[in-house]
Amino acid sequence: MEKTGFETINLGHGSGGELTRNLLDKVIFNTFSNPFLDQKHDGAIVEINSKIAISTDSFVITPIFFKGGNIGELAVNGTVNDVAMCGAIPKYLSLAFIIEEGLKMEEFERIVASVKKAADESGVLIITGDTKVVERGKGDKIFINTTGFGQVHPKANISVHNIKTGDKILVNGYIAQHGMAIMSEREGLEFESDLVSDTANLNFLVQDLLDAFGEKIKLFRDPTRGGLGTVLHEIANDISKGVFVKESAIPLEKQVAAACEMLGLDPMYVANEGVFLVVVDPGIEAEVLALMRNHKRGKNAALIGEFTNEHPNKVVMESLIGGKRIVSPLVGEQLPRIC
Amino acid sequence: MKHLSEYRDFEATKKYLDEIHKITTREWNIMEICGGQTHSLVKNGILELLPEKVRMIHGPGCPVCVTPLNLIDKAIELLEKGVIVCSFGDMIRVPGSKKSLLEAKAVGGDLRILYSPLEAVSIAKQNPDKEVVFFAVGFETTAPANALSVLHAEKEGLINYSILASHVLVPPAMEAILDDKLCTIDAFLGAGHVCAIMGIQEYYPLVEKYKIPIVITGFEPLDLVQGIYMAVKQLEEGIYKLENQYSRVVKEQGNTAAIKVINTIFEVGAREWRGIGEIPNSGYVVKEAYRKYDAEAKFNISHIKVPENPNCIAGEILRGIKKPNQCDQFGKACKPANPLGAPMVSSEGACAAYYHFSTHLTD
Repeated sequence: MEKTGFETINLGHGSGGELTRNLLDKVIFNTFSNPFLDQKHDGAIVEINSKIAISTDSFVITPIFFKGGNIGELAVNGTVNDVAMCGAIPKYLSLAFIIEEGLKMEEFERIVASVKKAADESGVLIITGDTKVVERGKGDKIFINTTGFGQVHPKANISVHNIKTGDKILVNGYIAQHGMAIMSEREGLEFESDLVSDTANLNFLVQDLLDAFGEKIKLFRDPTRGGLGTVLHEIANDISKGVFVKESAIPLEKQVAAACEMLGLDPMYVANEGVFLVVVDPGIEAEVLALMRNHKRGKNAALIGEFTNEHPNKVVMESLIGGKRIVSPLVGEQLPRIC
Repeated sequence: MKHLSEYRDFEATKKYLDEIHKITTREWNIMEICGGQTHSLVKNGILELLPEKVRMIHGPGCPVCVTPLNLIDKAIELLEKGVIVCSFGDMIRVPGSKKSLLEAKAVGGDLRILYSPLEAVSIAKQNPDKEVVFFAVGFETTAPANALSVLHAEKEGLINYSILASHVLVPPAMEAILDDKLCTIDAFLGAGHVCAIMGIQEYYPLVEKYKIPIVITGFEPLDLVQGIYMAVKQLEEGIYKLENQYSRVVKEQGNTAAIKVINTIFEVGAREWRGIGEIPNSGYVVKEAYRKYDAEAKFNISHIKVPENPNCIAGEILRGIKKPNQCDQFGKACKPANPLGAPMVSSEGACAAYYHFSTHLTD
């Protein structure tokens, strides 16, 4: 990345004139150079010879730098994962920044470098983008939007409507890590911890699963905002079946459990970034679990539950002590408790 | 955090549950005082593991739920006057007469969600040209930290910090419940965290006066089933005494340093309870000597009085006369996203506990 000669981003960097060109040439085009982007056209022309999966997401996180990552890699991994959850192999990303004037150039460069690193790791190219600068107070340092395009896996048939009673539900690892890491650094709530965001790409594990099990995989879903509880509830509702899960089976790292307990938050509703759940035919869950546990993104994978005809539209969880409770969807944000 | 797994152990919990089933011969109504206990009972599915004859009645110990409506309107009035209002997270979604604190924030109010009132003092220090008010609600549990914030502000010489206090006390609420003609409660699970601060001595007279078993109880599944077992055992044996299940946290004398801080800033006075009304000597009010830290006095907002929503039966819920699912509005006009009253919002509210964790099991 070349030096721009500016310490902070100003309104001129979004004017479309010289300063914009300077910023794009030195920071963006330089970093992401590839045959599609290098055309420096208004859009990119690409070829995808298959069904394509498209997903878009905007990233507005505070703080923009956190333990385990920053908004840049989040913006890549988030969209890469959304495309992967469609049963597709992510190929291309668009990248749009809305920057609040006054953002330190050094911070912007770090974010761009993280975007590049995450894109390389996921095997996606940045092929088009946009940079806008808004007045101070009209944004929150930096917002990023990415849109991802992926090739649907030839053996994939992902749909919530393929789910049948008895199908098994697995997750690839510890839940609630990202949300608690962010929480630990948020203004007013700082607490000492080693919690680290789990932001990570999931596309390669998804691809391995589809290669091995094809249509026996019914659904992928990444429980980001709203957490595992909300997503399970959504699926149950979409197909009018019940979901039964065991609390003891849900992977929860001790420090995260302790932090949730301290703040009075339920890990079932805390956001994740490197977690997905997969629904599979009954009978293959052991093989699926073995494959996942052999992959670096699935070391702590677990079978957590199944679909049932009982209690349609509801998620029922068996508690650690053998009682049962409903897991209802999250309403608004989870709020810290009084005592 | 090793206590987490110890006190959520399947075998240990089952042992007490089996004992409760074995010794129960008659119908008993046991009230757990604290909303945290209510949530744990429902969240862990304990209610359905108890014998049918042992009925848990959910008590008033939810600080958010018992905070009167007009206090929320007062906090909103302060926000609209440009004051920085700091609050525990639970309070912000509770509906006032027109809107909630969260809605007041959305239209420009400077509302900060904090875990500790001491952070509000820091905010006051950082913003010397602004008034900063901490919304100091809660039972005896939160009183020490709220009182301490005033002492810190005094030490820092801050003149822009005050508290909007609505502190209530557990023992007077228990008396009010027991004096109610409709009361059917046979025993209490006392609120463990309140007693961690205050000790347990003020409960001996209650046991004697009302001839009722009180078992000070913790919040984990094992705490609760053990507390229930101790209460049922007393009832079946026909005795009444004060017992302390939560002795790993609760000491006879309580936390004397915390009590000293409370008594420096607060004195006992009449308090209004949401849905119940005014109970004499049932809460803390800021002492005369510290009146300049009392937001009600400072900002001339005492006149704000508003009626409760007539469709909300929070009063009956909080006194244990009705269960949340016996309310006509429950899950219909009243849901967490659009609550009629506080018990549907707070993480400790009985209505929210039923809505989130259990009632849909049976519908």
